[in-house]
Amino acid sequence: MKVSSMAEMMMNGESPDILFWVGCAGSFDQRAQKITKAFASILQKTGIRFAILGKEEACTGDPARRSGNEFLFQMMAYNNIQVLNGYGIKKIVTTCPHCFNTLKNEYPELGGNYEVIHHTTLLQQLIDEGKIKMKEGGSFKGKRITYHDSCYLGRANDIYEAPRKVLETLDAELVEMKRCRSKGLCCGAGGAQMFKEEEKGDTRINWDRTSEALETGSAFIASACPFCNTMLTDGVKKNEKEAGVAVLDIAELVAASME
Amino acid sequence: MAIFQQIAFILVSIAAIFLFAKKAGQIRRNILLGRDTVPAGESGERWRNVLLLAFGQKKMFRNPLVAVMHFIIYAGFIIINIEVLEIGLDGVFGTHRLFAGPLGFLYSWLINSFEFLAVGVLTVCIIFLIRRNVLKIRRFLSKDLNGWPRSDANYILLTEIILMSLFLLLNASDTLLQQRGVGHFGTHLTGNFAFSSILHPLLNGAGNETLEAIERTCWWLHILGIFAFLNYLPYSKHLHIILAFPNAYYAPVEPEGKMHNMPDIQKEVLYAMQPELAPTGDAAAAPHGKFGAKDVADLNWKNLLDAYSCTECGRCSAACPANITGKLLSPRKIMMSTRDRLEEVGRNINANKQFNDDGKSLLHDYITEEELRACTTCNACVEECPVSISPLDIILQLRRYLVMEESNAPQEWNTMFSSIENNFAPWKFSPDDRDQWTMD
Ligand code: SF4
Ligand code: SF4
Repeated sequence: MKVSSMAEMMMNGESPDILFWVGCAGSFDQRAQKITKAFASILQKTGIRFAILGKEEACTGDPARRSGNEFLFQMMAYNNIQVLNGYGIKKIVTTCPHCFNTLKNEYPELGGNYEVIHHTTLLQQLIDEGKIKMKEGGSFKGKRITYHDSCYLGRANDIYEAPRKVLETLDAELVEMKRCRSKGLCCGAGGAQMFKEEEKGDTRINWDRTSEALETGSAFIASACPFCNTMLTDGVKKNEKEAGVAVLDIAELVAASME
Repeated sequence: MAIFQQIAFILVSIAAIFLFAKKAGQIRRNILLGRDTVPAGESGERWRNVLLLAFGQKKMFRNPLVAVMHFIIYAGFIIINIEVLEIGLDGVFGTHRLFAGPLGFLYSWLINSFEFLAVGVLTVCIIFLIRRNVLKIRRFLSKDLNGWPRSDANYILLTEIILMSLFLLLNASDTLLQQRGVGHFGTHLTGNFAFSSILHPLLNGAGNETLEAIERTCWWLHILGIFAFLNYLPYSKHLHIILAFPNAYYAPVEPEGKMHNMPDIQKEVLYAMQPELAPTGDAAAAPHGKFGAKDVADLNWKNLLDAYSCTECGRCSAACPANITGKLLSPRKIMMSTRDRLEEVGRNINANKQFNDDGKSLLHDYITEEELRACTTCNACVEECPVSISPLDIILQLRRYLVMEESNAPQEWNTMFSSIENNFAPWKFSPDDRDQWTMD
């Protein structure tokens, strides 16, 4: 897949409409790479001129900051803002709610001011503008899908509707879990939990959440965050339901249903 | 006799108000031990929060049935306390139902609606007592409430039941004395009131003197009860009936996901990266404060106001993924521990005129690493809290102290830190492979 980096664009004297901030999970995690590719392919199909930072992208510092390491966070932020400002970036889209939150809410007071949107919001806009059209009788028609709210999209940034509006265009049967929207239960990955074992308890958070998703009898669990995706996929495996239930990112669902 | 009652009333009022003011002053002092902070967002938006969240109790309506019941207690209690104004003036001037004359028929209407509310409050208090003690509701069974906090909740419900009963009994004996035309009672004919008149048959057998004694006793117990309640508040979770209002006003109006910046560290990193900007001489040598929070005084004053505002309702913990799955962390307990420690520091200052190091701190002695580590920063606690508290903000500041001042992090986090530092990602991948996904 040919994706231009900012450096290449600059060399050719071009500038993108939007920067795609891929994030660490999206760049390195094998499962999340698929989400990245699905989203990039949608951008390409809709003719949006986008670029990535490529090797110049670095962790936003979210896990460092939330685990308490403010020094490391500030270092990462400083460098990222230097790079972003150096390229004169105005608009950023990202498939990771954690990157989204940090770039949008925490970089401005450090000197990084950009218009930042999450990919689910962009997808909804593209659908509204008619730039994304779904296939008639797409692969999810009539299938039952439940959407898991990411904490960093939902409560942290009040984005509840965009992902649901996108899902509505799939002609699928959308069912909500009891704990949804602002009451959505965390997948267990946030706050740098992704990078360590859980504390002692009765059960794991992702198991609890996945059981709730499975109880809806859905064939697909839709996520909007690479970390939620990992946690829920793990939960589905724990329940030995991989054969019947798939955890897919909104971008993957759209990419598979586009004309 | 009357003048004796007047003097007694005035003395009791002064004592009650003085004691309350003294304790309120100490609480204010304790809250201001916290670091300074500027609440985020426009004051217009914050006033909106006061209206919606504090007066309107918007968050309570996440569970409409409980919200309506709680609203009855809250509205009932506040409105009925208008009656306390009359009681107070009557007490000072030795009058009886001072407002009855000037207000005319409106007076009966008012007292009737107060009685209506009183019965509402009474009923809901009974339901809440049952709900707390009989029904098996996880957040009320929690060990967070063992000991004093559980009794506190019950005491206040019982007190409200008693106060409301006294109010009704007061009206019942009063109106009966009016009917009998006894003494000054005969000169204020307010007519019977909706609910207290139901109690008349109970009192009919009593002679005039007994009835007058009942009326006086109810009047005194009612007002003493209210003074006692006032002075009990500062020691109780019920302080929220006052502090919920300023707490809603000072709650940050910004996305919940945003963490507080640490300008000290921001500057240090800037100077490390661009040494030419670094100050020289004295300014360079200025020592920095603690990074993160170890004790209550390292938190900001909003965190401490939060601690005093907490209703100990446990809505936060009931939504907390860590708590739900049996981890030690309970955001309610974070708030209760913060208040307990702050009170302890306050007592220390009362005794020594200043804080004498007691070898204890909020971190470790009150809140353990294990609790702090379990938080996913999911904001469920913040979202649920009906009185605009952020337990998460405290957790994150304590985590900062653990990591930056004590270098105390689980091994996996240290690995993550060094990966971010060296590989620019939380895992040990080569930064050169960051765009590898575009290749295949
Ligand atoms: S932010 Fe932390 S304490 Fe609050 S609900 Fe989530 S996990 Fe629990
Ligand atoms: S922090 Fe808020 S939600 Fe939690 S117990 Fe206190 S008042 Fe209730």
